[in-house]
Amino acid sequence: MSLGIAGMGWVTPLGSGVASVWERLLSGERATAELVSSPLGRSCPMFRVPADATAQAPAHPRLRRSSIISRFAVVAGLAALDDARLRIDSETAARTALVFAVSNGVVIYTKKFYHEIVESGAQAASPLLFPETVFNAPASHLAAILGITGASYTLVGDGAVGILALRMAEDLMRNDGLDHCLVIGAEEGDWLLCDAYRKWRLLRATPPVAPFQRPPKGTILSEGAGAVVLSRNGSVQLERIAAGTNFRRQREAGDSVEKIFAELCEGETDLVVASANGTFIDAAEHAAVRRHCSDAIIFAPKGALGESAGASSLWQTICGAQALLTQLVPQDLVFSEENGVSKATPSGHGQLRRAVVSVCGLNQQVAGLRLVKN
Amino acid sequence: MKMPEIVGVNRQTKATRVAVVATGIVSPLGLGSVETLASLREGRDCVSHVTRFSVERCRCKTAGQVPDARLAGAGKAPLRSERLHRVAQMLILALGEALAQAPGFQPELSVLGTTSGGMTFGEEYYRGLKGSRTSRRSAASLIANYTPQKAAMDAQEAFGLSAPCQIIANACASGTNAIGHAFDCVRSGRYERVLAGGYDALSELVFVGFDSLQASTPERCRPFDCERSGLVLGEGAAILLLEKFDRAQERGANIVAEIIGYGLSTDNHHLTQPNPSGSGARQAMEGALQSARIRATEIDYINAHGTATPLNDAAEGKAIAELFDGVAVSSTKGMMGHSLGAAGAIEAIVSILALQNQFLPPNINFRNGDAGLDLNIIANSAQPGSLRTILSNSFGFGGTNASVIIRAIEA
Repeated sequence: MSLGIAGMGWVTPLGSGVASVWERLLSGERATAELVSSPLGRSCPMFRVPADATAQAPAHPRLRRSSIISRFAVVAGLAALDDARLRIDSETAARTALVFAVSNGVVIYTKKFYHEIVESGAQAASPLLFPETVFNAPASHLAAILGITGASYTLVGDGAVGILALRMAEDLMRNDGLDHCLVIGAEEGDWLLCDAYRKWRLLRATPPVAPFQRPPKGTILSEGAGAVVLSRNGSVQLERIAAGTNFRRQREAGDSVEKIFAELCEGETDLVVASANGTFIDAAEHAAVRRHCSDAIIFAPKGALGESAGASSLWQTICGAQALLTQLVPQDLVFSEENGVSKATPSGHGQLRRAVVSVCGLNQQVAGLRLVKN
Repeated sequence: MKMPEIVGVNRQTKATRVAVVATGIVSPLGLGSVETLASLREGRDCVSHVTRFSVERCRCKTAGQVPDARLAGAGKAPLRSERLHRVAQMLILALGEALAQAPGFQPELSVLGTTSGGMTFGEEYYRGLKGSRTSRRSAASLIANYTPQKAAMDAQEAFGLSAPCQIIANACASGTNAIGHAFDCVRSGRYERVLAGGYDALSELVFVGFDSLQASTPERCRPFDCERSGLVLGEGAAILLLEKFDRAQERGANIVAEIIGYGLSTDNHHLTQPNPSGSGARQAMEGALQSARIRATEIDYINAHGTATPLNDAAEGKAIAELFDGVAVSSTKGMMGHSLGAAGAIEAIVSILALQNQFLPPNINFRNGDAGLDLNIIANSAQPGSLRTILSNSFGFGGTNASVIIRAIEA
């Protein structure tokens, strides 16, 4: 079964609005890093979402106490529904499923809640905060705002979780009781994540994120949300979604990525939207590209948007769809396989019809999908 | 009664039947089906004082716990057991039990539920930042292993499996959602073999969270009792191996049960409270019946969500009383606590054991029923039963509600 993308929405460090952010990417803009300070005295660069990007969030009671991740998701989700011209009423809500992908979850409130326990004891823990720390709290808020009363799933995982969510949506849409599935990936940033990923030796000290640089110098975390509305038609089809696989150690990631490419790169591939982010992922993807689709244009959007685990693969999917729809790729983020992966010389592209979105997560999960323009 | 339109279920005219070909379970009731069955038959109270962290400043001081000493066997795999989170150890033991019954089972997909996975590693990491960490683990190890999906990866790795993992975090409904979605995946014909289940381990953050809400009780956990005062938490892991029924039959597999229906709903009433009308619970149960294409009268027993919180049991009880006429009902959480993301999977296996052994698991600590609820509670002691079809409920924060229907394999 092939599903189409009927609508898209995102909230990114370059703002919200698919067309406007895409325009900024095409013009070579990159997110500006903000130094995030921790109480431990360290600071770390992070790509934050500008405040005006979520200004259009509805004034709904569910968002009064929610963490910022819920606002990202609601703004992206409503934009995707609007793009799909899908008005959610009781009838359409019953025929729409929600699949929400998240990686680190509601980390700000979780940290705050646990901090109170550590600092002041269990008796000081806030009953208002705790429910908001639960992984499916953002999905619950969005379902309440939209009035969805049927299928709602929250999936957790690493950077590949967005593709796994799209695959789950594809499985759900085999049920003819559903017309649409809203798939959202979201992530919020915090100094705690910076500290953790730094100790995991995955971060770099200063921008820019340099995909495919050898040796890899690390990535920069970012935040936001990506949303797509899937339906049984659309001008960009999800021709195939690789259900994914896992790798045990970072040095074994390449084998898993190769499996995904082998599954997705049958036939002609014009574009690869890579998850390369300045870490071990880059070498794994490079090897797979070289072997399976060496003629394809390689586009690494994390060079501009950073690594936003839960949201990233939805962002990549939107980037792939936009490239097919506009027949343009941000030149600043295009790499060439010739003589190893390096910056490509700006050039005109032939027709872009088929794109592979490759996602290698930082914690063992790999997945991908193939988009085709009708 | 007109059945509402339910989404999330397949309505194919000739749907594939879905067999459960193996199960594995680790819970406070015991390790493995044999110990679990014995505890269920005895109505054993396996709730005890919490030992993993200080509960001095909590109202509630008890939980269902799996002793660490019993998890030692999880290190048999090519993994260093000291690296593993104890929730991964539980999952490895459960998966090991299941795979021993179905050697060579290679799932095309794993669908597992959890709410917090290796959260205690995250807690250790944070305490380390604050200078009060007691663990010898490195920060990098804690980070890499705290993520909720990691236990699933570890368990698969332990047995050489590499199926893609969809990890559902739908709060307390996660385990039932995982089984239900896995069921739908096989039933749709797209997959032949899917690994399903759930896992969660006690963590301080979650324990204190429920305590802060006063959802957990300083007393005994008394599901559906008129003086119920809240839940106690638990922990565990459970695995069900699902396969296309025909294929399982062809290869001579020992089919332990059949899953025949799944329903789910999202109750938007409140983030933590069910709609008091019971509409969310009712929609999930109706959906499961519709999915199974059976009438409510065909359900012989309901393994209720039954957390013993005043609000959950009232809403669930109301929905059960409205939909079913005197069906036997019990919550087994009084014996082992509420294991959150694992609960639905554990209770599905409890239901399978009930079908295989023709008994009704008890709802312990029960004294007097709620005057407003007309329920046939299996009070305090297991009872013999003539069971063919069981419905198992799980409801969670965020308004996630899920029900699965399991049928006995007739000789």
